[in-house]
Amino acid sequence: MFKRLADAGTAVAITVDGKPVAARAGDTVAAALLAAGIDHCRTTPVTGAPRAPYCLMGVCFECLVTVDGVGSRQGCLIPVREGMKVETQLGKREAGR
Amino acid sequence: MIAASDLAPSYDLVVIGGGPAGLAAASLAARAGVSTVLFDENPGIGGQIYRAITTTPVADRAVLGEDYWAGTELAADAKASGASIVNGATVWSLDPQRMVGASIAGKVRMIEAKRVIIATGSQERPFPIPGWTLPGVMTAGGAQTALKAQGLVPSGRTVMAGSGPLLWLLAAQTLRAGGRVDAILDTTPWRNWLQALVHLPDFALSPYFTKGLALLREVKAKVPVHRVDRVEAVGKEKLSEVVFASGGREQRLPADLLLLHQGVVPNVNLANAAGVAHLWNDRQLCFVPVLDADFGSSVPGIAVAGDGAGIAGGTAAAERGRVAAIAAVRALRPEATLPDTQAIRQKLQREEMGRAFLDWLNRPAESFRQPEGETLACRCEEVTAKQVRDMARIGCEGPNQMKAFLRCGMGPCQGRLCGLTVTELIAAERKMTPAEVGYYRLRPPVKPITLAELASLPISEAERKAVER
Amino acid sequence: MAASLGATDYDVAVVGGGLVGVATAWGLAREGCRVVVLDEGDRAVRASRGNFALVWVQSKGLGLAPYAGWTVRSSNAWGGFSDLLKQETGLDVCFQRPGGFHLALSEKELEARADTLKRLHNQPGIVEYKTEILDHSQVARMLPDIGPEVVGGSYCPLDGHVNSLRLFRTLHTAINARGVTYLPSHRVENITKDGGEFRLTTAHGEIRAGKVALAAGNANMRLAPMVGLEAPMRPERGQIVVTERLRPFLNYPVVTLRQTDEGTVMIGDSKEESVDPAGLTIGVSATEAERAVRQFPLLANVNVVRTWSAIRVMTQDGFPIYDESETHPGAFTVCCHSGVTLAANHALTIAPMIARGALDTSLVAPFSARRFHVQEAG
Repeated sequence: MFKRLADAGTAVAITVDGKPVAARAGDTVAAALLAAGIDHCRTTPVTGAPRAPYCLMGVCFECLVTVDGVGSRQGCLIPVREGMKVETQLGKREAGR
Repeated sequence: MIAASDLAPSYDLVVIGGGPAGLAAASLAARAGVSTVLFDENPGIGGQIYRAITTTPVADRAVLGEDYWAGTELAADAKASGASIVNGATVWSLDPQRMVGASIAGKVRMIEAKRVIIATGSQERPFPIPGWTLPGVMTAGGAQTALKAQGLVPSGRTVMAGSGPLLWLLAAQTLRAGGRVDAILDTTPWRNWLQALVHLPDFALSPYFTKGLALLREVKAKVPVHRVDRVEAVGKEKLSEVVFASGGREQRLPADLLLLHQGVVPNVNLANAAGVAHLWNDRQLCFVPVLDADFGSSVPGIAVAGDGAGIAGGTAAAERGRVAAIAAVRALRPEATLPDTQAIRQKLQREEMGRAFLDWLNRPAESFRQPEGETLACRCEEVTAKQVRDMARIGCEGPNQMKAFLRCGMGPCQGRLCGLTVTELIAAERKMTPAEVGYYRLRPPVKPITLAELASLPISEAERKAVER
Repeated sequence: MAASLGATDYDVAVVGGGLVGVATAWGLAREGCRVVVLDEGDRAVRASRGNFALVWVQSKGLGLAPYAGWTVRSSNAWGGFSDLLKQETGLDVCFQRPGGFHLALSEKELEARADTLKRLHNQPGIVEYKTEILDHSQVARMLPDIGPEVVGGSYCPLDGHVNSLRLFRTLHTAINARGVTYLPSHRVENITKDGGEFRLTTAHGEIRAGKVALAAGNANMRLAPMVGLEAPMRPERGQIVVTERLRPFLNYPVVTLRQTDEGTVMIGDSKEESVDPAGLTIGVSATEAERAVRQFPLLANVNVVRTWSAIRVMTQDGFPIYDESETHPGAFTVCCHSGVTLAANHALTIAPMIARGALDTSLVAPFSARRFHVQEAG
């Protein structure tokens, strides 16, 4: 869907559902997912429909993901960090994580 | 990085939002000797229009255009002003006594403010078409954010649909950056010209006139444009094609990415929760706070500047921020030396000139604002347009009652992506005006915080006794 | 719309479109009455949008023993009530009665709890049912996620809960299907009785009905004297904290914390004297959150997506008022705090009485507002 215009940014290694993804400094989690061509970042807690980042400006809450074990984080507001573990969120969040 | 614990318990001025209005306001106030903190939830300042202005990887200045780079000075000015600028700070609460609840890296603080300027700007108007929740469908603003902040450009089969200047700007920026745009579906109704035309002379004098024309020419030379009255996103687990129609003739385009945009509307959640009175603006088809000439709201000490005060664009937003900041400084530190207000107001007036033309011309058609059938009105709780219409027919005449009946607006986005749609659907079904129907009544937290964060707030003896019995 | 209709258009006008009003209206429609429901607008002070959705028995009736029996009757009728609604509307209000808990975070709280229950059940004429006091490990067998600070609690097998917002919607759908006329933005300004019919004045015209049922919550205080009745009220404000949807983790409702069928967790049970419905005291929400995290530590990182405050309908002694006017025969009050718990009674017991034109004193005599005068005299 998207390609990177400039490959100038420093590489930042994160994992998404355990698989390595090459992000760049300056990426948010949501942008890194889009750049990596990941189809959807969660399924809804209501019908299980797949959803992907939509507004990228903190408004729509479609990019909710689990970041380093904490669920329902807004991926578009969180900068990536070396070693960050991102997980797609399936349906309702589990209490305690 | 400023942490929650670094913050003072109170500030003269709290500015919420780091776009042009917030940056200009904070800079002016801090330079006038007023203790100022600016909270912004994004990783960097700039807001949406100047997104990532200090960090963008897009080096070729022609790609984003000179209007974008105008933000550089504003950002530098604010940084050097002495205002504390806190990024990654989500303001989740504001009450009429101007107590500000902020969450920074998982820690909450309540900050007292003598004055507050809400500069939370705008968001894109909901665009509820069939399939708008499919992965592969995004807002044009979202794609523009990815371009500015991360240098990401659409590379697959890309369709842009909607109306308004941002759509054309994004198309031009995408093309300049070597990205792909397969088609533009222009949803602007022809009859909008009838109301817009009378405002054309004003617009012709505004700086946007020549820029706008050039932009249209630039895009139309390279991309096929279709006038359409229906758009649908189709796909199973993700977008596979865009279906559109004009006068009943249906066409299909295979697509990987559909970018939607039909203008922007004020981001009202925080102001609404603070008790700021809002009124329906029929030209801009949205709720706008009731404000005085200094952008002061109905709640004493709280002003709303920038596009949150009604859509006028980024340059006007900065001037609005300055006007609001001058009023705040006058109240807080009357002896301070201030810039010439008259000059700022004149500049603002020039910037706002031509807005009527743009508003009327780009006013989205009813069919793109008032969905039918199984199209989702509320994305979070997955409430369909039909459900909303049916409940309205059996007597539900307001969005708050609708929320109770159907849960629309109760999800994490707290009505941001369904509020206007629900109001308009009720109005349509009950033959009322949106002004009569009204909007959701919002309460803090206007953005989610954790239970642990809420639990960590100071609790008085009386407050504890209200719960422990 | 209403003003153009002919004289005595309705058998009963129900004043109030909240849970008490629509449950009563549905019951009346089942009895074959032609019913109109007069409601206020979207921003009305609405207790029904702000309830906690418990169908609750334990601890009810201290100070008025028959209230315990009345509550148990409704709890027992609830299953049948929800089945009827489902048959009529296809909507499931998710009534469940697994039993419910009251949790204590200190020995002092647990002792106070045990004492309250003892005094309740020692009252003469009290209905017989079981409420147990359990210690931490007994509670943990049923609620495995409780935190170490929970010293114990009380458990009553008759307690349950429902999806109250869906109940609200379901009842509205059901009255619509039964031909009840629902008129929003029809705040009743005045009621008179003239020539055997009641005339209700609203901003949108006059409504005429043979009988009138006042189910307007705290507004009954204003309305009841118009028809020779009284409803002494003392409104209070409660606040609730609501989380995002979570996977099921809690099999029993706790009086201050429950997981809805949709997955959200509702937290709270505050009482403040403020009657500003728009206000919200953050420190009260904070206390509710703090106690919730101590009760269930796994909730610490869960997101709060909403809070709300609402005004409780509360009579002066907290017990329901059901009355029939002596001076204006055909006028009734149906007024109580527990609109969810008692919905089954209102639909299946009170409504038929109103349809017949007389309250059955063997069931509801203890709930007449005349009790307030007896107390004053004593």
